[in-house]
Amino acid sequence: MTSVAATTDDHNTHHGPAKGLMRWVVTTNHKDIGSLYLWLAFIMFLAGGAMAMVIRAELFQPGLQFVRPEFFNQMTTLHGLVMVFGAVMPAWTGFANWLLPMMIGAPDMALPMMNNWSFWLLPFAFIMLVSTLFMEGGAPNFGWTFYAPLSTTYGPDSTDFFIFAIHLMGISSIMGAINVIVTILNMRAPGMTLLKMPLFVWTWLITAFLLIAVMPVLAGAVTMMLTDRNFGTSFFDAAGGGDPVMFQHVFWFFGHPEVYIMILPAFGVISQIVPTFARKPLFGYTSMVYAVGAIAFLSFAVWAHHMFTTGMPLAGELYFMYATVLIAVPTGVKIFNWAATMWKGSMTFETPMLFALAFIFLFTIGGFSGLMLGVGPADMQYHDTYFVVAHFHYVLVTGAVFALIAATYYWLPKFTGNMYSEKWGRIHFWLSTIAVNVLFFPQHFLGLAGMPRRIPDYALQFADFNMISSLGAFVFGASQLIFLCLVIHTIRGGSGKATDQVWEAAEGLEWTLPSPPPYHSFSTAPEVK
Amino acid sequence: MSASSYYVPEKSYWPILGCVALVSMVVGFVNHLHGSALGGPIGLIGVALLAVMMFGWFGAVIKESMSGLYSDQMDRSFRMGMIWFIFSEVMFFAAFFGTLFYTRTYSVPWLGGAGNNAMTNVLLWPGFEAAWPLINMPNPEGFSVPKHVVSAWGLPAINTLLLLSSGVTLTWAHHALKKNHRGQLKLGLLATVVLGLIFLVVQVSEYGHAMHELNLKLSSGVYGSTFYMLTGFHGFHVTVGVIMLAVILLRCLKGHFTPENHFAFEAVAWYWHFVDVVWLGLFILVYWL
Repeated sequence: MTSVAATTDDHNTHHGPAKGLMRWVVTTNHKDIGSLYLWLAFIMFLAGGAMAMVIRAELFQPGLQFVRPEFFNQMTTLHGLVMVFGAVMPAWTGFANWLLPMMIGAPDMALPMMNNWSFWLLPFAFIMLVSTLFMEGGAPNFGWTFYAPLSTTYGPDSTDFFIFAIHLMGISSIMGAINVIVTILNMRAPGMTLLKMPLFVWTWLITAFLLIAVMPVLAGAVTMMLTDRNFGTSFFDAAGGGDPVMFQHVFWFFGHPEVYIMILPAFGVISQIVPTFARKPLFGYTSMVYAVGAIAFLSFAVWAHHMFTTGMPLAGELYFMYATVLIAVPTGVKIFNWAATMWKGSMTFETPMLFALAFIFLFTIGGFSGLMLGVGPADMQYHDTYFVVAHFHYVLVTGAVFALIAATYYWLPKFTGNMYSEKWGRIHFWLSTIAVNVLFFPQHFLGLAGMPRRIPDYALQFADFNMISSLGAFVFGASQLIFLCLVIHTIRGGSGKATDQVWEAAEGLEWTLPSPPPYHSFSTAPEVK
Repeated sequence: MSASSYYVPEKSYWPILGCVALVSMVVGFVNHLHGSALGGPIGLIGVALLAVMMFGWFGAVIKESMSGLYSDQMDRSFRMGMIWFIFSEVMFFAAFFGTLFYTRTYSVPWLGGAGNNAMTNVLLWPGFEAAWPLINMPNPEGFSVPKHVVSAWGLPAINTLLLLSSGVTLTWAHHALKKNHRGQLKLGLLATVVLGLIFLVVQVSEYGHAMHELNLKLSSGVYGSTFYMLTGFHGFHVTVGVIMLAVILLRCLKGHFTPENHFAFEAVAWYWHFVDVVWLGLFILVYWL
């Protein structure tokens, strides 16, 4: 911005980053901003993880051990909000920032200054959100879904700060998504037609569309909460003609596409990694693209399957049940395509591939338990039990988070120019994969036996499985510290230099750049055949 | 600038200023709501900083554009960015229109016992009769009970005419700009700004009438809630639109824009037409039907 008068030639040379810490505050570079997103996500992942450890420590044994029930509720609420809005979403945006320009042959994102703005809103928003823990009356305690009237009539004072933290995150997400869409649609190198784009680019294009479509609806929901709390409106108050159930409709109209926002980029990552280590092109590329489109389309039309027990006309229950189960079709297409890609491939099992394989197996478990929950009459039994907790942790932890970890191992050598330690990568993989199943698999049984979620104490019959689950949680939490050390070790030299190609069979423009790539990825457009 | 090389901007301080501005605004506002005397000033500082940020940021972009730094590709990026921003605004209003639809079609009739909800009516507020607009609330205690429904065929109809004509004058100005008729361009823009301002004045007097004579307030049950949220956010968007149109008018007076190159004009025009369309929805669904 400061050198607008400079000649255009200056902008074509590879000028480096500014010096000092201010570099990070004023940067408009997609790699700098990508790194900022990724580090914020990692910090929030550890913070949200610490909250999960509090939850599992409390649930280690029946009875109240460590925390008061009110604080337990604040932990479940903040754990969910921090992981969804602070860890998974920014991590994907971080990878989008790093990878999209490199994958489509662009120098940077299309709107680099807005890119900086969308990142820097997030730390402010999360400081605001986490600071509610120290406010009088405590942090929000109504669960990450903040249903009315728990959040309106009965919410603590700090709820108003929570509302505006959500607003800031929403502004950030919308600007980030606009940037992604414009970059993909407008910045592709000549010859990079839409159906030549890598699947990570495709999935992010559709994710960005979902974000722009639903984040404003979330903004509307929290705005109505704000006016119900402070200005006497009665959107969610039946005494004035409103309806608390309407809150759930508005929330889940956002909330269901939101879960696809977290998982679609994961599909993209797996579709990049599996072909590389199977040494075969992706099976059914076009069907993969259409499947992602179909999943995104359906995501707008299934929201009330989160509300089967809330109360809905029978026709509504039936429609939402059938539409929900329909999603299994395009999702199945993806799973089968990944399996077909590996069929008769020359497979090797480096750490990214291990995590990708774990993703395919474990995400499928989460998908199947989702089908069980999608069947309305059965959901009457499972609703609000630990079965639901097990289901969405299988799709979010062994789904989205495992894909994020796989992506880190896969592209970190490209980002840093250094190889990670394969030995420690494998240790991290086996510890995480075993522990995460010890953590979440028993929760299916707990839920089927009737243990409700968001409860700090439980009947004695649930004691054994809870103890096993907590032990798994502690090991899973600790093994992520290995991951942290491994990432830092790789950045600081790792175990040797990475080649430009990094992986023998990796395909895509990002591998044609040096490792680490230059500050501005492609200053002249590459040729795409 | 050739098509094979890209323009990459330098570092910028405007975004971080924008963050500080937004955060002061919201922190100030919440503190104000919670009765702290500091809240108001902090919020106003935020608003001022945001104004400075926008002035500086847009100013810098205009300067870059005037010095010919932007390629066709940058122009397309800006256009796409604006279109998707307007789409996000459409979805924001969709949330409130959806609320209106849900309360009118479902929650109010259900409270009155429609469908299989006879017991809802009997158990919660027996005797409540569903109607829209909802004047007699299930439990009026603590709410301001309105006396009448806001009529569509008084000031709101005039406002509809005003906004529709402002769309026409803006299109006229756009055609004039493309043909390089600067006089008509300025006249058309001026007319649009004036029509927008008159709309706002009429809307304010309409609010005064609704609040004082009809006793319709935000706290008048779900009818008042949806009425003021929808028309209020629309009015806010009109205000923003008028400010943007005024900036474009000033830039025209300073000789900015050419028949080929006038992205900012078009972006503001799109925004204004969007605000128009939202008003039509409001007029039909909130005032009329």
